[in-house]
Amino acid sequence: MKVNLTRRRFIKAVIASSAVATQAGCQLNAKDLNAKSSVERLIALDINGKTRRVDVLPMETLANTLRYKLGLTGTKIGCNRGECGACTVLIDGVPNYSCSTLSHSVRKRQVQSIEGVAKADGTLHPIQEAFIEELSPQCGFCTPGQVMSAVALLNENPKPSREEARQALSGNICRCGAYDHYLNGVMRASGQSDE
Amino acid sequence: MSNYKHIGKDFVPPDIYGKITGKAKYAEDFRAEGMVFARMYTSPVAHGRVTNIDTSAIDNMEGVVGILTADDVPSVEAPNAAILTNSPAFIGDPILAVAATDEQIAEDALNKIKVQIETLPFAVDPLDSLVEGGPDAREEGNVFARSREGSGFKRIKWTKKQVDEFRAGKEPTGEHASEWVYGDPEKGFNEAALIIEQPFVTTGYAHMSMEPRTAMAYWENGTCYVYGSAQSQSFWLPGLARLLGVEQDKVVLISENTGGGFGSKIGAYPAAALPGYFSKKLGRPVQLRITREQEYYIGSARVGFQGWIKLGFAKNGKMTAGDVYIIEDIGPNATGGDGSSAGDAISLLYDPESMRFRGVPVLTNTTPRGAQRGPGQNQIAAVMAPLMDQAAKSLQIDRLEIRKINAVNSDTTAYKDQRPLTSAYMKEALEKGADIFEWQKKHSRKSDDATKVRGVGIGQGYHSAGTKGFDGLLRIASDGKVHLHSGVGNLGTYSYASTTRAAAEVLKCNWEDCIIHNGRTDNNLPWSSYQAGSVSTYAQTRTNYVAAVDAVRKMKNIAARIHGGNADDYDIDGRNVHHKTNNKSSTYGEIAQAAIDLGGEFSGIEYPDDIHDITKRSVQNIAGTGLVGVAKDKLPQQGIIPGLAAAFVEIELDLETGKYEILDYVGIAECGTVVHPQGLAAQMKGGAVWGMGMAGLERHVFDSQNGLPANIGYHQCKIPTYLDVPSVTKTSAVDIPDPQNPFGARGIGEPAMGCAVAALTSAISDALDGYNFGRTPISNDMILNYVTGNNQSFKPLQTNNF
Repeated sequence: MKVNLTRRRFIKAVIASSAVATQAGCQLNAKDLNAKSSVERLIALDINGKTRRVDVLPMETLANTLRYKLGLTGTKIGCNRGECGACTVLIDGVPNYSCSTLSHSVRKRQVQSIEGVAKADGTLHPIQEAFIEELSPQCGFCTPGQVMSAVALLNENPKPSREEARQALSGNICRCGAYDHYLNGVMRASGQSDE
Repeated sequence: MSNYKHIGKDFVPPDIYGKITGKAKYAEDFRAEGMVFARMYTSPVAHGRVTNIDTSAIDNMEGVVGILTADDVPSVEAPNAAILTNSPAFIGDPILAVAATDEQIAEDALNKIKVQIETLPFAVDPLDSLVEGGPDAREEGNVFARSREGSGFKRIKWTKKQVDEFRAGKEPTGEHASEWVYGDPEKGFNEAALIIEQPFVTTGYAHMSMEPRTAMAYWENGTCYVYGSAQSQSFWLPGLARLLGVEQDKVVLISENTGGGFGSKIGAYPAAALPGYFSKKLGRPVQLRITREQEYYIGSARVGFQGWIKLGFAKNGKMTAGDVYIIEDIGPNATGGDGSSAGDAISLLYDPESMRFRGVPVLTNTTPRGAQRGPGQNQIAAVMAPLMDQAAKSLQIDRLEIRKINAVNSDTTAYKDQRPLTSAYMKEALEKGADIFEWQKKHSRKSDDATKVRGVGIGQGYHSAGTKGFDGLLRIASDGKVHLHSGVGNLGTYSYASTTRAAAEVLKCNWEDCIIHNGRTDNNLPWSSYQAGSVSTYAQTRTNYVAAVDAVRKMKNIAARIHGGNADDYDIDGRNVHHKTNNKSSTYGEIAQAAIDLGGEFSGIEYPDDIHDITKRSVQNIAGTGLVGVAKDKLPQQGIIPGLAAAFVEIELDLETGKYEILDYVGIAECGTVVHPQGLAAQMKGGAVWGMGMAGLERHVFDSQNGLPANIGYHQCKIPTYLDVPSVTKTSAVDIPDPQNPFGARGIGEPAMGCAVAALTSAISDALDGYNFGRTPISNDMILNYVTGNNQSFKPLQTNNF
């Protein structure tokens, strides 16, 4: 599916998902909710091109499912309330905050997490290569989210201007302040490193 | 530029692959068999006394496995931070914890526990506590002064008149807790052609590291394994062992990656020890996940200032005297020192002929404070910059010129005892920055838009940037690989790796033949410096240097034993130890095998007496497995090791909104030899972002009626985003070697921020025709209120609660 990634669409995705009442800071376990729930719990999710069957609670966020059910800890939880972007994943190619997305809402959709960016043989994505060459990460905690937003951008716009890259990544906070080097990485990955 | 093989060259730090693929593990990413989850009950009141805890409602609750209270952990003397307390001194102070099979059950259990707390008076603004009749943040007093002579509580009160006069901008006359003087300030002011004075406020704000300080712990064969979020590595061990009440060799800290610290994770903090106690009590691994909200409570914050400063200048622009009085908002716990450090920074950066500092560290019932990137130095950098501009304007001297006239140099003496410096080249930094920024062209540029004004500013930053006396450790294996042991902590600066290249430089080996060992204290790490205070580049290049020098000595000695002659007859080339005049040689691998065969000091069976116990244990573990280079850094060092930076910024300020855009930013590092160019650029740019946040965005707000913090999420205490900072920031370095480091290197992390916040307060003042808010942050609404002639929303010197 061709995804028309616009800032408006990105913002809409964030607003829609932030309506989810996340249990701030709580990691859920299947045992704590009774079995009478009308929501189907065992669901199949398409994660990084693989079908993953997983027991998901009704109010469980995608970040929780990825990290604690599927062991995909590359997705980081920095705020758990849709403010920082460390948990960014792509849903049908669109960056979303997985801390503010219900896992049940992504059935029949393609979810890509940081673990699915490099090829199975270990070949890195051009964004990952460029982030290494530009020494983009500092502490690295926000980096998976930065990679995901940058990958989504280049999928839609292979030759973004630096300003377009700045806008596209603006939902990803970096406390180390590595913004300049991340943007350098995006420009390098798109073959515009001299810009 | 030098002809180094590794120093001054970029490289790929090994941990970066994990960061860009998601494979890097942070504390919360670890799990252990049988692990349970702890949640904390934190104080809902700003100051109080726990009178009763009723846990009967969860006695038989399914899934709950245990409760930990202040009775289960060592009590600490106020105002030190406790793991758990019955005397909460801020909202969010941890009182007890519950462990359960999942976090939801633990959270539900907390809601059923009844905690009775007797409330006590509290203070959120230091001046409210300092005024007579005002509340004390601790029952023992409202001031906690730390000094070499001894630390202790005091109860200091000013009359209402004294507080009012201070608010009105007059020199404070109330009692202070500490004072130092050098020279004769009275004479300096008498002889000054210009005297300027100004009250000021720098509001505190949280560190806000991206990774909350989650910790997990378990006990195995009598040793506590702690998976924590730590800035430093080896340096954490003594503190962590002390917190856990065990010997240092009974603790292992695993901290492979740390999601930011900025001063808040330098040494072991109480929350990191909680899972250890809980795990011991339960006999199971325990993870304490810290939420973003809790990170605001216990994650530490910058010390705030309310102060007054007076500066005297000779007609030629030279600063003749300085007088600064700082009330430090130190929060509820034992911390502080920012005030005196600010005084030190003035004495060094501007080299006044005489100076006095007075300070009062006042306790408040707000977020606990700690060192934050340039603690003291960076607050005062923001205060000083517009004052230097004001002096320049009054004396009709160019703003760049007055800074050059007062610029710190290698002959400067600083601090109260007027110590020498290892070297300093601020004038060169200013000139380089002015050149790249095109100062002469830009400083009179006007906006094309009638509703906008341009402003340019210059900032200077300083922090001491080095230490000494730590140990270096490396091992050359019989396959020729060089194993570099780095115990300095992986904070994101990459200095854990870049400083090991000092050893590779001495050994002349290829980087591909080097393997770094770090990330967990049982990885046979040496006693390394703290990863803080901008010290690691200076300190750890020295430790790696001495370890490598020790290795080379042993390699040559072994070669002489194998091939004959003296050790001095041999040299190394990166792969071989060879005779200087004949063709006899052995590879590094062969030499390492010979070291194993010889034993003794060559393979680490014997080691120097003066290395730290932590290093000794590591050497004992690797002894007999290769040629071991190990030594304590005893290289000569005298005086202050300065890290310096200068910045130039141009802004365009919208008079209709109060918002300003940063059009251009140039940051110049003066940190001796550049060790890792990309890493230096990252620090200079990241520091600039921090400075931009401090200048215009970040501050604490507490409700003065109940002490509730308003800042418990990123959007409530906004840090700069991509859209708040320039898309491109330019950086460069003076790159003149320091004589007291084998490679000429000094540190830079903290001045990188100080120069930026100073450049911005200078530029904002410039855009507003010299108006000086005397306050950080300078928010858009403050600018708009000033431009439109409206009153500000705070009274003079008010802090934390507007």
